[in-house]
Amino acid sequence: MVTQSVRSARCRAEVIIAAARGVGAMEEEMHTDAKIRAEIGTGCSPRGPGCSLRHFACEQNLLSRPDGSASFLQGDTSVLAGVYGPAEVKVSKEIFNKATLEVILRPKIGLPGVAEKSRERLIRNTCEAVVLGTLHPRTSITVVLQVVSDAGSLLACCLNAACMALVDAGVPMRALFCGVTCALDSDGTLVLDPTSKQEKEARAVLTFALDSVERKLLMSSTKGLYSDSELQQCLAAAQAASQHVFRFYRESLQRRYSKS
Amino acid sequence: MAEPVSVAAEYLAGSRARAARTVLGQVVLPGEELLLPEQEDAEGPGGAGERPLSLNAGARSRVRVVCGPGLRRCGDRLLVTKCGRLRHKEPGSGSGGGVYWVDSQQKRYVPVKGDHVIGIVTAKSGDIFKVDVGGSEPASLSYLSFEGATKRNRPNVQVGDLIYGQFVVANKDMEPEMVCIDSCGRANGMGVIGQDGLLFKVTLGLIRKLLAPDCEIIQEVGKLYPLEIVFGMNGRIWVKAKTIQQTLILANILEACEHMTSDQRKQIFSRLAES
Repeated sequence: MVTQSVRSARCRAEVIIAAARGVGAMEEEMHTDAKIRAEIGTGCSPRGPGCSLRHFACEQNLLSRPDGSASFLQGDTSVLAGVYGPAEVKVSKEIFNKATLEVILRPKIGLPGVAEKSRERLIRNTCEAVVLGTLHPRTSITVVLQVVSDAGSLLACCLNAACMALVDAGVPMRALFCGVTCALDSDGTLVLDPTSKQEKEARAVLTFALDSVERKLLMSSTKGLYSDSELQQCLAAAQAASQHVFRFYRESLQRRYSKS
Repeated sequence: MAEPVSVAAEYLAGSRARAARTVLGQVVLPGEELLLPEQEDAEGPGGAGERPLSLNAGARSRVRVVCGPGLRRCGDRLLVTKCGRLRHKEPGSGSGGGVYWVDSQQKRYVPVKGDHVIGIVTAKSGDIFKVDVGGSEPASLSYLSFEGATKRNRPNVQVGDLIYGQFVVANKDMEPEMVCIDSCGRANGMGVIGQDGLLFKVTLGLIRKLLAPDCEIIQEVGKLYPLEIVFGMNGRIWVKAKTIQQTLILANILEACEHMTSDQRKQIFSRLAES
């Protein structure tokens, strides 16, 4: 039987003040429990009694050339994002009434392949839903993502880094967005923010992009076998986890602006 | 069950619209909606925040509020589109609810009509110059838009020159156009910027801070060395002092001003004044 238990979330914020360079860096450890638990007896994940999002950190404005940049860490997964825009666009790529959004994802080793192309498309569709492109027609907004280390939930980390970099660049957006990954293992236990080992052993891995205004679903990418009710449960768990991510965004940005 | 309900309430807590007055000076994020105070009667600022709909709805007059950078109108609320601090300026005279805007930190410039900018001439084609202003498109500058320029008397502008001018046409749909004369036909400081000196780039927020009416940084810098300085709203500063070394020192100070507190700045200035 599947029972749904919701407990209030505790979070402990540790603020690390970077050197007087105006860079805001924030780390926060979250324990969020909005989970489905179907197991009896077997321990959930090596992280603790409840399932939790991994420790995450974000740093903005760390690159000098792009108009906006951000580095997002989730556990051991780390992605660096840079945004250029609104900038000049080639006549062949220009769209007469809105901005051309381009996403480039570079893996840690090797040349970008088909998997990167498909992830770029997912991230681009998410960004296009959120960025107000009609304010800058015939321009290009380019998001460049570099995978620094991959230890699970890569697509979610890329989405978070892209969002923070777009905010840093001052690109007008109608909402913020975040990515959350869930993994379902063979006995139906849900794990949020899985590591690569958990992803490999899982029966299904689902990644959702949610917006900040009403936690609506912007993008979903799933792999594996799962039932309709499990999908709804994963979505509900991701929505609950996303509020912690958005609270982290808010604190991180407040930290950045409090220096001036 | 009571618990999912409380969680649902927590979900929506972040998305409830807040009154703009309560958020002034705080950091706002994209996606937030702000409510505007509405005034009951036409005479005098009597509004004290939002009021519930009165039975006599026709008597309520709307106040004209200007939506500045970082805000968009959606319905009768303001939608925040950029991250930054919310600011408000009371109307100087007469009616209107003033201006609301978001003070954000940005590096990329978007042309705005009326802004004075420093541009670099990149091409000369026929009667117009193409000037790079740091936006998405080069701006166009006609050779007749200089003081005292006629068809026979062309201005002496070469590719690579620095131009200080203002935008007369700058919107999202058209190519930006700039001129080096004001509405009376006088140069008023605009035109080709002279020889030597150094051009460097800073963030837009720093330019606005330096151009604010009571900026101490400029006064202190002026006491240090005699200098010529031009600020462009597109994040470019041109500075010239007697020697190259002094010019470089000034450029480094202005770039570093963004990250220094005023105490650190005073220390550096006093150290430089001694040496």
